[in-house]
Amino acid sequence: MSFMNWIDERFPATKVWNEHLAEYYAPKNFNFWYFFGSLAMLVLVNQIVTGIWLAMHYKPDAELAFASVEGIMRDVDWGWLIRYLHSTGASAFFIVIYLHMFRGLIYGSYRKPRELVWIFGVVIYLVMMATAFMGYLLPWGQMSYWGAQVIVNLFAAVPFGIGEPLSEWIRGDYVISDATLNRFFAFHFALPFILAALVFLHIVALHKVGSNNPDGIEIKKHKDANGVPLDGIRFHPYYSVKDIVGVVGFLILFLAVVFFAPAMGGYFLEGPNFEPANPLKTPEHIAPVWYFTPFYAILRAIPPLFGSQFPGVLVMFAAIAVFFVLPWLDRSPVKSIRYKGMLTKVAIGIFVVTFVFLGYLGVVPSSKIILGIEATVWAQISTAAYFLFFALMPIYSKIDKTKPVPERVTK
Amino acid sequence: MKKLIALIAFALVPVVGMAAGGGGVHLDPANIDVGDEAAIQDGAKTFVNYCMGCHSAQYVRYKQLTKVGMSEDQIKENLMFAGGKIGDHMTIAMSPADAGKWFGAPPPDLTLVARIRGADWIYTYLRSFYVDPSRPMGVNNTVFPNVGMPHVLTDLQGVQKPIYKEVEHGGKTTKVIEGLELVEAGSMTPAEYNNTVRNLTTFMAYVSEPVKQERQRLGIWVMLFLVVLFVLAYMMKKEWWKDVH
Repeated sequence: MSFMNWIDERFPATKVWNEHLAEYYAPKNFNFWYFFGSLAMLVLVNQIVTGIWLAMHYKPDAELAFASVEGIMRDVDWGWLIRYLHSTGASAFFIVIYLHMFRGLIYGSYRKPRELVWIFGVVIYLVMMATAFMGYLLPWGQMSYWGAQVIVNLFAAVPFGIGEPLSEWIRGDYVISDATLNRFFAFHFALPFILAALVFLHIVALHKVGSNNPDGIEIKKHKDANGVPLDGIRFHPYYSVKDIVGVVGFLILFLAVVFFAPAMGGYFLEGPNFEPANPLKTPEHIAPVWYFTPFYAILRAIPPLFGSQFPGVLVMFAAIAVFFVLPWLDRSPVKSIRYKGMLTKVAIGIFVVTFVFLGYLGVVPSSKIILGIEATVWAQISTAAYFLFFALMPIYSKIDKTKPVPERVTK
Repeated sequence: MKKLIALIAFALVPVVGMAAGGGGVHLDPANIDVGDEAAIQDGAKTFVNYCMGCHSAQYVRYKQLTKVGMSEDQIKENLMFAGGKIGDHMTIAMSPADAGKWFGAPPPDLTLVARIRGADWIYTYLRSFYVDPSRPMGVNNTVFPNVGMPHVLTDLQGVQKPIYKEVEHGGKTTKVIEGLELVEAGSMTPAEYNNTVRNLTTFMAYVSEPVKQERQRLGIWVMLFLVVLFVLAYMMKKEWWKDVH
């Protein structure tokens, strides 16, 4: 114990341990949806560790990149496992984060006083998308190359003569090339550490205000004589042992994909990406990886204005940026969906279906006919529905009939 | 809440159904088994004899075949006609520039073709060449129309001619290929030829991901371990949570 005293006099080790784990009181009624925060951290660590090991054999050079990935798959001991953990981890990261965001959406975790927790979260999501986008170029396959070409060209749509020089500045060349690959590798390596710092801020903000819960009520309102919330339990050991169950459950699903279906039917590893990048051969159909397809569908839904794609680009970024203002759109007197009325439940239901449907529309060619209507038209309808969910929220959340909220958490 | 989830799940059913649909040419199932070492060895022989004149498998080392029951001496004798070291990659001498001049496009490296196009595609493609005097190589292919590649296996398969049928579309009748028939026998019977192509397809599938068998074998042990760990983790959680009411 004197050793801990020696440390504590110089560094607040015990204090930090207590404040954030042993004496951090979390509501005792967390359900299934509360696993995904710790799982997101697990996947981030997986991506960083496997990523560093991949970088030991990967060559960020247009001439060597593709062959170095195949070298990792064939000649490096356990290289195939490290690579599949990383490629499957990318998709798993998005699945976990989408579920984590959905949890926040249904239980009102973005509401006062947790606005900053939510905003740090949206920033994490943005940085994560940038990281994934740049990482996808690194295998230097056909989809890597042409996907990056399409997305970087979006910046060329910015008007007032800014677009072209901007996209050239991003690429470091007139087309996606060795220069682009090199800088994307540098950023792809650096951004995860920024992500780790943002996760730190996300958690510091969370522990300042305390965790929300499925009832959407504040457990700090009812404390015992020692100032401990009556409905709170220590994070460690209660939620640390519970999260271990979640982690093992997640690993069963995650490693089943890694070991038995790493390409996941072409959704996690696209077939055309096993063909090396060829700047002279445009693929028939360029589809981004599944986790970007909802936003890609929104981009394609907006028709060019005066021959410029810029409106589509703006709308696509708005579809992500709108999450920042969510805390101020919800005017309901209650936080959790448990006590909200039918209007909100229907709105969230439609929103989820719309988001998944947009994801599907981003995979198929825009000329595809679905139930007699062209995919582009479906994408336009879905884009409208997507934004209406946010735009109408101040109205439907306010007029919606709510149920009385209990004083203490329920089972 | 449960009702909401059920509602969402129900609404997503048609989406999943649509995603599963696909189009394109009809492909015959290859029915390969990448654990069949004899098939891989036979396919390797066909590959070096018939394909490697023009196509490389540049990410594959000859030594890889020691993993499917061949000794280094057997590999050197049967597969490495130009000498070289057992650890060499399966590269070819033809330069891409020359190849581009001769065939219109350089013949692609085939290491990963099974991952790009799938085993069924390879199996069907190699059985779908037919005589077409309008093409530079005198043959065309129903799976890959106007392909630049000659039918290198024609000595084995023989010569196929197309059977046409008339299709009406928008008031105009056009001739469409309905099937192919063998008009000149090769050195193999159709069953033997199909088997040779199946073995070649097995080899292509094997080299596209040599680790597949090992990955699945290991995966079963990982799953068993995790299921046991899950039970233990769940019991530990139950024990700790006994005093939470």
